[in-house]
This record gives sequence, C-alpha cells and structure tokens, in this order.
Amino acid sequence: MTDNNELIRLSAAALAEKLAAREITAVEVTQAYLDRIAAVDGKVHAFLHVNADEALAVAAEVDAIRAAGGAAAEELHVLAGVPIAVKDLIVTIGQPTTAGSKILEGWHSPYDATVVERLRAAKMPILGKTNLDEFAMGSSTEHSAYGPTRNPWDLDRIPGGSGGGSAAAVAAFEAPLALGTDTGGSIRQPGAVTGTVGVKPTYGGVSRYGAIAMASSLDQIGPVSRTVLDSALLHQVIGGHDPRDSTSLPDPLEDLVAAARTGHVEGMKIGIIKELHGEGYQAGVENRFNESLELLKAAGAEIVEVSCPNFKYALGAYYLIMPSEASSNLAKFDGVRYGLRVLPEHGPMTIERVMGATRAAGFGDEVKRRIILGTYALSAGYYDAYYGSAQKVRTLIQRDFDAAFAKADVLISPTAPTTAFKLGEKLNDPLAMYLNDVATIPANMAGVPGLSLPGGLADEDGLPVGIQLLAPARQDARLYRVGAVLESLLEAQWGGPLLDKAPSLTAPSLSDSSPAASTAGAASSHGGSH
Amino acid sequence: MAAINRDDVAHLAQLAHIEMSAEELDRMAGELAVIVDSVKSVSEAAGDDVPATSHPIPLTNVFREDVVGHTFTAEQSLSGAPDAYEGRFKVPAILDED
Repeated sequence: MTDNNELIRLSAAALAEKLAAREITAVEVTQAYLDRIAAVDGKVHAFLHVNADEALAVAAEVDAIRAAGGAAAEELHVLAGVPIAVKDLIVTIGQPTTAGSKILEGWHSPYDATVVERLRAAKMPILGKTNLDEFAMGSSTEHSAYGPTRNPWDLDRIPGGSGGGSAAAVAAFEAPLALGTDTGGSIRQPGAVTGTVGVKPTYGGVSRYGAIAMASSLDQIGPVSRTVLDSALLHQVIGGHDPRDSTSLPDPLEDLVAAARTGHVEGMKIGIIKELHGEGYQAGVENRFNESLELLKAAGAEIVEVSCPNFKYALGAYYLIMPSEASSNLAKFDGVRYGLRVLPEHGPMTIERVMGATRAAGFGDEVKRRIILGTYALSAGYYDAYYGSAQKVRTLIQRDFDAAFAKADVLISPTAPTTAFKLGEKLNDPLAMYLNDVATIPANMAGVPGLSLPGGLADEDGLPVGIQLLAPARQDARLYRVGAVLESLLEAQWGGPLLDKAPSLTAPSLSDSSPAASTAGAASSHGGSH
Repeated sequence: MAAINRDDVAHLAQLAHIEMSAEELDRMAGELAVIVDSVKSVSEAAGDDVPATSHPIPLTNVFREDVVGHTFTAEQSLSGAPDAYEGRFKVPAILDED
C-alpha cells in the first residue's frame, strides 16, 4: 500500500498505471488529494471551491467499473480516476463559477464547458475550482476578488497569474493536473514561477466553449501539470474539434502522448530569440536558460540564433487588442441576466444607472482599467491609430515567427524575465505588472503553441525559473518532443524532479505563524465545502 | 495622439457603464496616461502596406446544419438572474420617466 504522501507525489501517468493495474483505487487517490487540500490550502489558497462529494462519487464509479471488469473496464480512459482541478474561469455544472470576480459570486452555470464535458467523459474526478486574477486579468493572482493565491515555494510570493491557483495547486501537490487558460501567458508564466509545466496549445486546438471570454482572439485553454508527459496526456483529453466553438480547428489531434514518450532533439534546430533574453532578464534566469541550451546542444540539437524585431511592439499591441476585446466581452455583465445587481443609492432607478452601480461594485480596479482602456482604443477617432495599428503589429509578429521557423524547428526563451516577486510588490504599478508577460505574449498574438517547463532554481533567490518552447501553429507535438528531452536531461542533473526541492508546507516553519498566512486561510473558506 | 485626461476617463466610464467616484477618476486618469503613453509606439510600427490580422488562424465559412440544437429551458436561463417575473428577466425601467 502506497501511503498518502507518496500517492500525491506520483505523476498523473504513474497514477494512471497503478490504477489500471489495480494497485491503488481512484477513491484512495481522490481522498489523498482532498486530505492534502484540507492540510495545506489554508496557506496556499489555490482553491475557491472544493468539490469533494462529486469527485469521490466519480472515483467510486471508476473503481466499481474496474472491479467489475469486462468491456466497460477495458474502455475506461487512460486517465479515468486521475483527479484534476479546474480554473474558475471555466464553467461547470454543480459548482459555482466566479471568474475570480464579485460580479459572479455564487453563480452556477447551467452548462458545462466542452473541456469539462471531456473530463467527465474520461471519468476524471474534478477536485474543485482554482483561484485566478479577476476575469484572468493579471500576472500574480492578486487581482482575485477572493484574495491572492500564494506560491508554494515561498508563501510571501506570487504564484504568477492569471492561473496562479491552478499552478499552485499542482506545485503544492493539491492536484496532479489542472486546467488553465492563457491569453498572454496565464498558463506558462504561473508554470514558470511555481516550477511546474504549462502548455498553451495552438489557437483553436482546444475548444473555448464555456471559458468565460476575456479576449476571444487570444484566449486558449490548456493543461497544467508537474511533468511534460502529464500535460500531453491531458492535452489529448481536452483537444480536438468542437463544433460549438467556431474558431476550433477542424484538424485531427496529433498523438501528443507518443511525442512526449519518444522525445528527441538530435538533429533538430532550436532557435534562440535574440529579443527575448539578455537585457531586462534576471541573472539567475539567464544562467538557467543558458544551461538548458548547453544540455540540448550536448544531446545533439543545433542551436541557432533568430531575430524577431517586431516583438518589441508585441506588449503594446497586446495592451490595445486585449482590453478592446475584453471591454466588449464584459459588456454582458449588466445586472440583468446573471450575477450581481446593485441598485443606485438615490436618484431614478433606470437600467443605465443600475448597470453603472452594478459594474462599479462588481468589478475590481484592474478590470475597470482594462474596460476603460479598451473603450478608449475602440473610440471613433482613435480606432485606426490604436486598435487598427495593433492588428497590423499582429501581422508583423506572425511574419517574424514565419521567418524564425524557416530557420529553426522550435524556438526557446525564458518564460518570464524574473522569478516570483513578493506579494504587493507590483500591485500599484500596472505597467511593471504587464512586463511579466513580455516573453509569453508573442505566442498569443500569432496563435502559435508554447510550453513552459522548470529550468532550475535561480542562484540569487533559490526560486524556480521557467524555460519556454515555441512551435509553429498546429505543431504542438514538437513542444512535447523537445520538452520531454530537456526535462529528462535536467532531472538527471538535479537527481529528481525540481519540486522535490520545494518546501513541504506541512512541516512547522516560521511562515506558519505569520499573520499573512493566516489571512489566506480565512479567505480560502469562501464558497468551499472543505 | 492626444494624451488621456480626467474628462476623457469620465466620458469613457459613462460609455462603459461604470460609475466612478471623483477620487477613482483621478487615479484612473493618472494610471491610464502612463499605459497609453507606453503603447503609443504601436502606431508607428507598421506602414499602410501591412494588412491587419484580427484572428491568428483564420477559418472561413464555419457553418452548421440549420437544425435546432441544444436549448435551455426558461428555468435554466433564468436560474442566475438577479430578478425574474413569470418566466422572464425583470429589468429596471429603460426610460427615466414616470
């Protein structure tokens, strides 16, 4: 019998094998994760809601099917019984979906997102909903209306954002897998700063139906995990065509799991993007990045340098396109069909004034900033100069990628310019916060897939560094092929997974008694059934 | 391009249906001025010959069969509404009249 502490540290792939061999049961695994959530989430605050009863029921169903044997047991999905957490931007029947916003507090969706339907079809127990920056707007999860998530490596630091909850849940062994969404880096940057793996698939590669939209032409759902293979396994569950998303690619899904299992880099050309390292990147980030390049070279890859001169405009163009689309997408929160309704304190009770009061009370500062910025960029007189120009920059970024991929099979860069910063450090400086996404945004602008994996710990602060791989559109398999090789080379150096070096969170330590940690505990009771 | 000022923000907030206090307008105007200034260079990046990209991977003629698909019951549709009456959304007055 594997004890609980061993069980929660197994990869999803290892859990799947043990479940299939009936060495462990899905109920044991699910209960072990629920116990871990109960033990550490007061400190981490990765979850906004814990879905214990339903998760255990699904696990018990998987165990019953396996015990009965026969065709039904044969037909079980490889990940059947492997639990998962879902970012609270993705709608689920039977659990609240808040998008991290007061405007949706307590709201229950009448339908499941397509990705959630696919998790249910695979019989993966859903552990709960994870915290995020309000409407996925942020890079630190500090913009959640329900309090920040904390980085399991250092509880005084940010877990990245917007998907800090999903990344922290996986890093703190509160879930083996999670779903994230990535509009400008919200899967990859949290992965980088928490020492976990995150993948933004090719735009259209995973259905967005049921993901509450921020910027429809940039948003993408993707996997969050502790290993490259685990992300491939999850990607394979959620990927593929969905007629309910008109931007869903009709292409059949490649065998991503095979790509992760048979990874190779020999003879491959790997391009360093001149504009995405060096100045502005923390020394420890640069060091780990250079070490990864040496490992890939030693494994037979050819390292080439590519230049993407228009990437310098990507951040600016992103902060015009994203708020423009967001201001339009968020117009639906009008206090009529769902969510909060706030009545004005005095004066006439018209719909306009109710809307104004509702949105004033329901949206946080960052959401308001982006709605105003988007409304500005789309105004008559400014449209061509701002939104129009930003769309042209998008073309230039795509051309840069085309030229780079003519010279290299995949591109490589640090995922984020720095390691995790302190909570509060950048909260009052929106521009400094936006700069965290400088290396991840170009992929969203062009629709190409990207993967972040742990590259080691920075010398100066001992915190995780992320390595980003980028591939041409529809070539997600390349990310898994190269990512799996780099991961195994790095783990051979470290003598095991990077997360082995993370604090246990259950051993008594100084941070246990800090007032900040107990505030997180109080906030985590929101909506939770744990 | 003109800088963004407090009056602009007040007008935009009205267009976006977000009530803002005087203090909020002051703060927002300051923050947005910095952000707008930092994104200005975008307008100089591309010439007239560069076409705009609205979607990263364009698909054309995405249609489905013209048949009734999944529909929600009135009860499901109204389940999240702040106010409803006889199977309909109940909306505050549209016009500012008695």
